[in-house]
Amino acid sequence: MKRRAPFARLALILALGLAGCGVEADLVADDAAPSEKPAHGDTFIEALTGNISGLIPNVLSDSASFEVGSLIYNGLVTRDRDLNLIGELTESWRFSKDCLDLEFHLRRNVRWHDGEPFTAADVVFTYETMINPKTPTAYREDFRAVASVEAPDPYTVHVRYTQPYAKALQSWGIWMLPKHVLEPYVREGRLRDAPQNRSNPIGTGAYRFKEWKPGEKVVLVANPDYFEGRPYISRVVYRIIPSQATIFLELKAKGVDSAGLTALQFKRQTEYPAFRKAYHKYEYSANAYTYLGFNLRDPRFADRRVRQAFAYAINKRELIDGVLLGLGREATGPYKPGTWAYNPNVKRFAYDMDKARALLAEAGWKERNADGLLVRNGQPFAFELLTNQGNDERKKVAEIVQASLKELGVQVDIRVIEWASFLKEYIKKRRFEAIILGWGIGLDPDQYEIWHSSKTGPDELNQISYANPEVDALLEQGRTSCHQEERKKSYARLQEILAEDQPIVFLYFRDALPVVSSRVRGIVPSANGILYNFNEWYVPKHLQRYTAG
Amino acid sequence: MLGYALRRLLLAIPLLLGITFVSFLVIHLAPGEPAEIQTGDLSVQSDAQARQLLRELYDLDKPLHVQYTKWLTRIVRLDFGKSFSPDSRPVLQKIGERLPVTLLLNIIEMLVIVVLAVPIGVLAATRQYSLFDKVTTVFVFVGFATPDFWLALLLMILFGVQLGWLPISGLRSLNWEYLSFWRQQWDFVSHLLLPILVATFGGLAGFSRYMRQSMLEVVRQDYIQSARAKGLTEPIVIGKHALRNALLPIVTILGLSLPGLIGGSVIVESIFAIPGMGQLMVQAVFERDYPVIMGNLVIVATLTLMANLVADITYSLIDPRIRVGVRRGRR
Repeated sequence: MKRRAPFARLALILALGLAGCGVEADLVADDAAPSEKPAHGDTFIEALTGNISGLIPNVLSDSASFEVGSLIYNGLVTRDRDLNLIGELTESWRFSKDCLDLEFHLRRNVRWHDGEPFTAADVVFTYETMINPKTPTAYREDFRAVASVEAPDPYTVHVRYTQPYAKALQSWGIWMLPKHVLEPYVREGRLRDAPQNRSNPIGTGAYRFKEWKPGEKVVLVANPDYFEGRPYISRVVYRIIPSQATIFLELKAKGVDSAGLTALQFKRQTEYPAFRKAYHKYEYSANAYTYLGFNLRDPRFADRRVRQAFAYAINKRELIDGVLLGLGREATGPYKPGTWAYNPNVKRFAYDMDKARALLAEAGWKERNADGLLVRNGQPFAFELLTNQGNDERKKVAEIVQASLKELGVQVDIRVIEWASFLKEYIKKRRFEAIILGWGIGLDPDQYEIWHSSKTGPDELNQISYANPEVDALLEQGRTSCHQEERKKSYARLQEILAEDQPIVFLYFRDALPVVSSRVRGIVPSANGILYNFNEWYVPKHLQRYTAG
Repeated sequence: MLGYALRRLLLAIPLLLGITFVSFLVIHLAPGEPAEIQTGDLSVQSDAQARQLLRELYDLDKPLHVQYTKWLTRIVRLDFGKSFSPDSRPVLQKIGERLPVTLLLNIIEMLVIVVLAVPIGVLAATRQYSLFDKVTTVFVFVGFATPDFWLALLLMILFGVQLGWLPISGLRSLNWEYLSFWRQQWDFVSHLLLPILVATFGGLAGFSRYMRQSMLEVVRQDYIQSARAKGLTEPIVIGKHALRNALLPIVTILGLSLPGLIGGSVIVESIFAIPGMGQLMVQAVFERDYPVIMGNLVIVATLTLMANLVADITYSLIDPRIRVGVRRGRR
C-alpha cells in the first residue's frame, strides 16, 4: 500500500471559539453552524498505554488490540448507544420460540478489505475457528452451546443450539475473519503466526490497516468501500505512550486528540480556559464496580448481619467524594444504573452507624475490650483486608473502610500485594479474610460465573464462596432464555436478593472520563460510552488540522 | 596477553551457564504464567481449556529442568526462540527492532557524559575548593539526586507545553515521511534532545565525581611533583602525566557500563515513549514472556562478561604495571 498522498502538517488552526465550547457531559456544542457540515478528512490521534499484541483480536487478550481491532473488523451484531444489540454485518435475525434456532440474514454489499465479498461461508469459518481446539482464544466458551452452524445460501446463516443460551446473540458480535485468507493457518493451528496478525489484516471494518511500528504507533486509514459509506475521519493513528503523565502532557500540547483522564486531572488540572476550549470532556459510568468482599467461609462473615452492618457503616457518598472527587455512582448491586437489567428498587444501606452497631450486637458482637474493639467469646473483631498493588484507588478505599469500621470497633489491617501473587497465592487459594477488588461487568447481565454456588473452585470466579439456592435458580433461569422481558424479571429479583444479602458490599461504579479534541463533532455520549459511533465522527472542513489522503 | 584473554574467555562459559540457570529459575518462580495472563486471569471468559492449550504450546506443562535443557540446546545454536506474546514473533527480531534506538541513545549519552565529565572532573580537581569546584559539586549532586522522571516531566512541561519548542514524546513526528530530508533529521534530533538531556544529567554526576577523585589522588603522587620539578608547564603536567593515570579507573567504569548500553533505561524510555530495549524488557516481564526475557538476559550477561574482559585488557594496555603483573602472575 504505497500511498503517496500529501500529508503535511498544516499550521495549527486554533480551535475557533465556538458557542458552547467547554460544555461537559451532555453536549449541546454540536448545534451546527452553517460551516459545521460533516466533512471527510483529518487525522485522529489516540494514545494507547500498551503495545498491541497482534492484529487478529480473536486470539488476543489485551484491550489495546481490541480497540484497534474493532475498527478493522466487524461482528454480525454490535451494540448501539443504549447498549441494545443491533445488526452490523447482519441485516436481521430471528430466534425460534424455544430459543434453540437462530437465523441471520447477512448484508449483501459487504466486501473484505481485499475486495472479496463477505458471505455466510466466512461466518461458518469464524465459528469453526473459534471452536477449533488448536485456536488459542478466550472466547471458546461463548460457542460451547452451539450444536451446528450452517449456511443454506451465501447470505443466510442458521445456528442451532443444544440448549437455550442467553448470550447467543451477543456472542455473534465476535470479529468475523476472512476464510479465503486465514483458512490454512486455522487448520494448522497457527493463527497467531499468520502474517495477517502482524501486518495487513483483512477485515470488513471502516478502517484499513496502514502500518504498525511496534512500540511506536499503529496507523489505520478510512476504508472507501465500507458498507455504510466511507467514514469521515480519514486516518486514525494510535500512538503508544506507556506513561499516563506523558499522555496528559501530550494532550496539553495537542500531540494527541483524546485520552482518558483521572479524576484529579479531570477536576483540578484541566479547568483552565485554554484546555476547555481545546477539548470537550465527557463522563459516563464505566462498566466496572469496586467492592468490599468477604471470605464467606469465615464464620464471622457468614453471618449476614455482620455484612449488613458493614454496609451501613461505610458512607459510600463520602467514599466517592474522597477517592474519586465525586466522579462515580453508588452501586446498589452488580448492574450498572441505566442498563436494562438494572433494578433501582432494592434495599439501600444509607450511612447509619446506629443501625450498624445494632446489627453487630444482634450478631453477638456486644462487648468491647480495653482497646475499644468488639469482642465475642473472648475474640476481638479484627481482620486483614487485602488489595492489589498498583491501584491507588483501591488502596484509598481500603483506608476509608478501615477508618469507618474502626468507629464500629472493628480492627482492619490493610495489606497491599503484587497482582500476580495476589491472585495466585491469596485469591485462588482462598487465603483471605476480606478484599477490596473490582469486577468488570460484561454487557450481558449473565453473571453465573460470579455468583453461582457451583463456581467456587480454585480457578473459578465465585471467590467469596457465595451459595444461595434461590440465586442459583435465578441465574440459571436468566441465562437460558433469549427473551429480554423474562430475563429482566430474573435479574430484578437477583438484585433484590443480593442487595438484602450483601455477599459483598457493593461500593461504586467509577466514571470513565475521556476528553476529545473540540474540533471533532458527532460525539454523543451514552450508556455505551462515546466510541460506539466513531464512524460518524467528523471534523468540519475549516477546523481540520491535518491533511490526509 | 592472548593466552590471558583466552583463559578469561573460557572461564566466562560456566559463569554464563550459571547466570542463565539462576535467571531461568527465578523467572519461573515468579507467580503468574503467560498462559494465565493471556487467558485473562480474572475475567468471566477465563477458560481452563484455552489455558491448557497455551501451556502445552509453550511447553510450560513440562518440568522445569526439561524446559531449561530445551531452551539451552536451542540457545547454543543461537536460536532464541519465539516470543510467548500473542504475536509470536522471533525473539531476535523483536530485540533487533528495538536495539538500534537504545544503542543510539545510550552511545550519544555516554559520549556526552565523558566529554563533559572529564574536563569538569579535571578542572574541579586542579582547582580544588575554588568557586568552580564548589559550583560543579553542587550542580552535580543536584543532578544525582534529581529523579529522572520528575526532571523529564518538568522539561516536557517547559519545552513541550509552555514554549512549544520541542516534541514531548516519541521518536518521529507523525508526518515524518512527508518531510524533506533535512527536516527529517532535525525532527529526529529534536525528539532525542530531551531524553538525552535527562539521561545525561543523572549520569554526569557520578562520572565527574569519579574523575575529580581520581585526579586528586594522582596529583598528590610523587611523579607529578617530579614532573613539576623538571620545569614542565602545568598544562603538560596535568594533561599528559596526570590525566593518563587518572583515566584508569574511568576506563573500568566505562567498560562496566557497556552492557547498560543495550539494557536501555526503563524510566527514560517509558516517559518519552521511546520504543527501545527497556520498554521491551518491562513489557516482557509483565507478560511473563520468558523467551524474550531470557534472550535479553543472555545478551546482557554476555556483554557484561565481555565488557569486564575488555576493561581488564584495556587497563593493561594503558598501564604497563598491570601488564607486567599479569605475566608475573602466570609464572
